[in-house]
Amino acid sequence: MPLLDPERPIDIETILRDLRDYRPRRKGWAWRRPTPEGYRHEPAPFPYYQTSEPLDRSVPLPAARYFHGIDPQPSPTITSEIASGRFEDDIRRMRMVAWHGADHIMVIRTAGQSHFDGLIEGTPEGVGGVPITRKQLRASRKALDLIEDEVGRPVNLHSYVSGLAGPEMAVLFVEEGVNGAHQDPQYNVLYRNVNMVRSFVDAAEAKTVMAFGGLAQIDGAHNANATAREAWKVTPELLVQHATNSAFSEAVGMRRDLICLSTVPPTAPPAPSVRLDLAYAVALRELFPGFRMRAQMNTRYIESDTREATVTHVLNLLISRLTSADIQSTITPDEGRNVPWHHNNVAAVETAKQVLVGLDGLSRLVAPTPDGELRAAVREIKERAVLFLQEMLELGGYFQAVEAGFFVDSGYYPERAGDGIARRLDGGVGAGTVIPRAPDYYAPVCAHFGQSRVPRDLAGPEGSEGTAAGGTPCAPAGGCTLCRPELIPFIDELDPYDNVERRLEEAAVRRGGLLRPEVQWAADGYVTLSMFLPAAARVAEAAAVEIARKLGLEEPEVIHSRVMHPAEGTFVEVKGIVPFGVDPDRLVLADPPDVLPEEVLRRELVEHPLTVVAATVGEDEHSVGMREIIDIKHGGLEKFGVSCHYLGTSVPVEKAVDAAIEADAGAILISTIISHADIHRRQMRRLSDLCLERGVRDRFLLVAGGTQVTDEMARAEGLDAGFGRGTRGIEVASFLVRARAAREGRIPGGPGGHAR
Amino acid sequence: MSRPRHDDYETRRAALAGLDDAALHALFWDLARRVVEPLLELARTHTTPSIERSVLARLGVPSPEAAAVVEGCLARGILGHGAGHVLLRTARAANLTPVEAAARLAAGELWEHAERTFADAAS
Repeated sequence: MPLLDPERPIDIETILRDLRDYRPRRKGWAWRRPTPEGYRHEPAPFPYYQTSEPLDRSVPLPAARYFHGIDPQPSPTITSEIASGRFEDDIRRMRMVAWHGADHIMVIRTAGQSHFDGLIEGTPEGVGGVPITRKQLRASRKALDLIEDEVGRPVNLHSYVSGLAGPEMAVLFVEEGVNGAHQDPQYNVLYRNVNMVRSFVDAAEAKTVMAFGGLAQIDGAHNANATAREAWKVTPELLVQHATNSAFSEAVGMRRDLICLSTVPPTAPPAPSVRLDLAYAVALRELFPGFRMRAQMNTRYIESDTREATVTHVLNLLISRLTSADIQSTITPDEGRNVPWHHNNVAAVETAKQVLVGLDGLSRLVAPTPDGELRAAVREIKERAVLFLQEMLELGGYFQAVEAGFFVDSGYYPERAGDGIARRLDGGVGAGTVIPRAPDYYAPVCAHFGQSRVPRDLAGPEGSEGTAAGGTPCAPAGGCTLCRPELIPFIDELDPYDNVERRLEEAAVRRGGLLRPEVQWAADGYVTLSMFLPAAARVAEAAAVEIARKLGLEEPEVIHSRVMHPAEGTFVEVKGIVPFGVDPDRLVLADPPDVLPEEVLRRELVEHPLTVVAATVGEDEHSVGMREIIDIKHGGLEKFGVSCHYLGTSVPVEKAVDAAIEADAGAILISTIISHADIHRRQMRRLSDLCLERGVRDRFLLVAGGTQVTDEMARAEGLDAGFGRGTRGIEVASFLVRARAAREGRIPGGPGGHAR
Repeated sequence: MSRPRHDDYETRRAALAGLDDAALHALFWDLARRVVEPLLELARTHTTPSIERSVLARLGVPSPEAAAVVEGCLARGILGHGAGHVLLRTARAANLTPVEAAARLAAGELWEHAERTFADAAS
């Protein structure tokens, strides 16, 4: 399969072609590879202590341009949950988040799949998630194989081995190279009302299969945070839930370093959340040595305010760095509004990357106070958890405790509020479906849990009762799919109307060759309007919808509103559908910066040396921008051989001109950042006028730069060029070399050079 | 237990107060293992339709046919012998591959052999 071209969208048609024969190229979970202590992400000068190997291709943080464009990847795996209901659109989003630093793609299942007693085939559309099927998984894994080659790091695919079809899902996941899964029988019992006997019997088989395939397992304890009325009070129970699933998993043969505990800091401001959450985080890590921590972000207290969500998530990341995280999961800032949108998945991943890198090595300077209040709080949570387990056993065990409503009670155990979730042993979906194994029970497959004996007459000539010839339990059957992948069957589609091919055709019609905005599905047309209205909330919200409608948006809907003052005004965000597309071929595009190759610049500047005088002019103390342009360390003019005289900040324009005359310079570069009262325009005009007055205008190329400067503006004020925000040194160097050569009637770089 | 209860942690913890952290951790894990042991024993000695479908899946049987074969075993009261076991014996008797035999069983054919074999085993 050809590699992805970073300049082109991924081609879904290519992904879907020849799926029948596609096999995953690796199995099991892949962790990031840590960089050594004190590693330097060249050319930045800082040592890092909690990063992992860099990517081949990525989008760095916005401020990276001030730090040589580095993109340090923090040590934990970063999760992005992507499940819009249409996996073909999700694949594009997976590529976007991988470029921003995600390497764990979690696909939420469609509503109702956990109660589906069997596997779903084909590619039907989902609601609030994706129907997990062989074809969907195979296409997603195939796409991720291409994406991981593009970014240069393994990307893990993850979904759910729960509900009524856990063992089958586990087999499917191993066959299709899925790398991780949620598996926790307690989740089924408490939140999906699956019969508890069924849930645990299924779980043993599912976990055995997962262990065989080397999948990472994530448990379901975090759901207690999301469900409980007062989430911080369930911390003793969370420890019990983690222990129940972990002890069960280890007993069936799962490796401890692939058992990941899903932990969420339970509280959020205005609670003193870090102080409350830290004790629980420390208690968990002390009680579960050797297990992996999957740190999730808080959802319990997230509503429509994306700013508030992000701040809560930053505090969650602080907990991760103050303790530990092997997998850092992310919650999109719009989770409280809608099924997450493309750019919000990216935003959440960037939040995690930014904060984790920003807190790199924090524990070298700061550590939780080992004694005193924290120690006492940690001890208390552990003791409460032990008391919880003791009472479960006194009642008769796990099943009796669940029947008694022991779990998800909002009391701080041993306090009880009496509002726990109670389930009956003979109740729930799938009740009565567990049957005893007969004495001659036999499962002729690998990765099977529990009693199973190969019958003497099936064991083969060299086998014996209980042991098949050929060693593997599947030998009498001629092998199983875990040993012989060529046995894996492939069903393409079962529904001729509800499938990916149909949806791709419909999307093509919707697009009609035009470019349309999109937040979730191809050409869905959604945009968001943000506005402040000087009115109370009720009026403002109604007005915002009316404004959106008058602007031509279809189905306008308020997705967020925030009181600025009860009477003075309200901030409102409205989403709506743009009822048209634009033809990208008929757009007038601004020219991209046209720069000379570095070797041409260097040769030209050796053959025709150039000196420039540079200064930040006026009463202006900003030096960063000009340094970026001239400094050799930033890839500035000096790097190409331009001799630069930087005069500093708050330099009068006269002084810059005097210095240029004295140095026999070829150009004067002024930086002018302050734009209040058009001061930047006046500085440019002053430079031009002064050079004319002195009769030296022809000797110098006059260039201005600054955040509010444009080329058009600079030329209007009599200069030769202007450069705005984001300009790189090579752009200025290219301009200077070309403009000077043009004045002298040369082509820069000589014959074959790149003339404009 | 559905009755509310005040937080009597201070009273209950008396027995734990003398334990150091290591002893408390050991007690925690000992209790957890005691909670899960009966659940594991249940799983060792029982099976479910999903487990049996997963066995058939590992033998290469497509999901719709796996579901039909497990239903057929349930209806005949022979799922406790293992759906893979039933399939393998049927395939041997009919000289078919397991996948071929599963297709026939899913279509309602070839059940006589399994019914005879496992009815004998049960008696």
